[in-house]
Amino acid sequence: MSAVLRIPTVLRPSMGGASVIAVEGSTVGEVLLTLTTTYPAIKGQLLNADGTLHRFLNVYVNDDDVRYLGGVEALIANDDEITLLPAVAGGAW
Amino acid sequence: MTRYASVLDLVGNTPVVDVSALSPKSNVTILAKLEGRNPAGSVKDRVALSLVEAAERDGRLIVGKPDQVLIEPSSGNTGIALALVCRLRGYHLKVVLPTNVSPERRQLLVAFGAEIIDSPGAEGSNGGVRLAQRLSAENPEWVFLYQYANPANPLVHYSTTGPEIWADVPEITHFVAGLGTSGTLMGVGRYLKERRADVQIWAVEPPSGEIVDGLRSLDDGYVPPIFTDNDGEHLLDRKVIVRARESIEWTRRLTEVGLFVGLSSGAAMAGAVKCAATIDDDSATIVTLIADDGWKYLSTGAWSDDVDDVVERAKSIIYF
Repeated sequence: MSAVLRIPTVLRPSMGGASVIAVEGSTVGEVLLTLTTTYPAIKGQLLNADGTLHRFLNVYVNDDDVRYLGGVEALIANDDEITLLPAVAGGAW
Repeated sequence: MTRYASVLDLVGNTPVVDVSALSPKSNVTILAKLEGRNPAGSVKDRVALSLVEAAERDGRLIVGKPDQVLIEPSSGNTGIALALVCRLRGYHLKVVLPTNVSPERRQLLVAFGAEIIDSPGAEGSNGGVRLAQRLSAENPEWVFLYQYANPANPLVHYSTTGPEIWADVPEITHFVAGLGTSGTLMGVGRYLKERRADVQIWAVEPPSGEIVDGLRSLDDGYVPPIFTDNDGEHLLDRKVIVRARESIEWTRRLTEVGLFVGLSSGAAMAGAVKCAATIDDDSATIVTLIADDGWKYLSTGAWSDDVDDVVERAKSIIYF
């Protein structure tokens, strides 16, 4: 599956500087694992050693937080939009 | 009319109004709980009173003792609510406030006699929390109620907001509210699920992490301790992002049913509408929480200016 990935400011320096890239994968876990291979600098920033999501990383598929859709097992469909966002204290826009 | 001895007796017991005229599905009722009816103007009146009363019960604050100082990080509403409570109780309040909140919030804090300590706007609420933690450590005599970690925050929603919703809307199937400290969702969510386990709890949040430039790495992130302590990941059923444009559009749409509300309430309504769109069940009833009224946001031009301009401006203003 081919999807669009939106990268937050904090991760851009480690991921070639782009804010949006195209990614491939059938699950969220697959996409994130591929990213850590392509961009070794972010290893440990996306996934924990056991393959679960980093505590301070929120991943959204089409604006839905994947933690409530099966976590790394959440499925990706063609043309989905995946957004990575750091978890921050409520209140900032 | 009822006669009240104190303004603080006006906290809570807020009304619920049917806004189903804005529902995308004719089979889904949407009800709005109007927290702007609280005396300092937001849902945070409940939290502020609960935090202070808990501190008075455990002896951290003593009613009538002079020169007691409180410090709290807030992007606005908690600070304003605490300022009201502290003014009536005789405590001195210092609010750590990001520089990029709407000016009305600053003015309300001043009106109720709070002292404002600026935190860098670019660091968002994270920066405010960090600065308050540092100042509190440097001044151990100050009382730091820390709404993000204080169990009195979710507890007041468990003991008041939740029961009010259950009493007024026993047919509730979904509850939708902004995440913030997570106090509302944890307290109301737990109360409702204890009554009926299949009530769905939806969190709405702005894409905050997009504009907080102060983060050096993901490890600077923050999850409110009360979210973790209440096992928020299991309590919530869904969490959705609502972006600035949708928040503003739904803030405007709410005026069609006569509601003039804050921008985070527009976001909550947008979340309720997203929720309604997923429902095929013909007996669904969504309750969404309207955290405050629109007065504090007039300077954003949210109702009068071109929507593109407001969206652009919204990126640099904290209004959750």
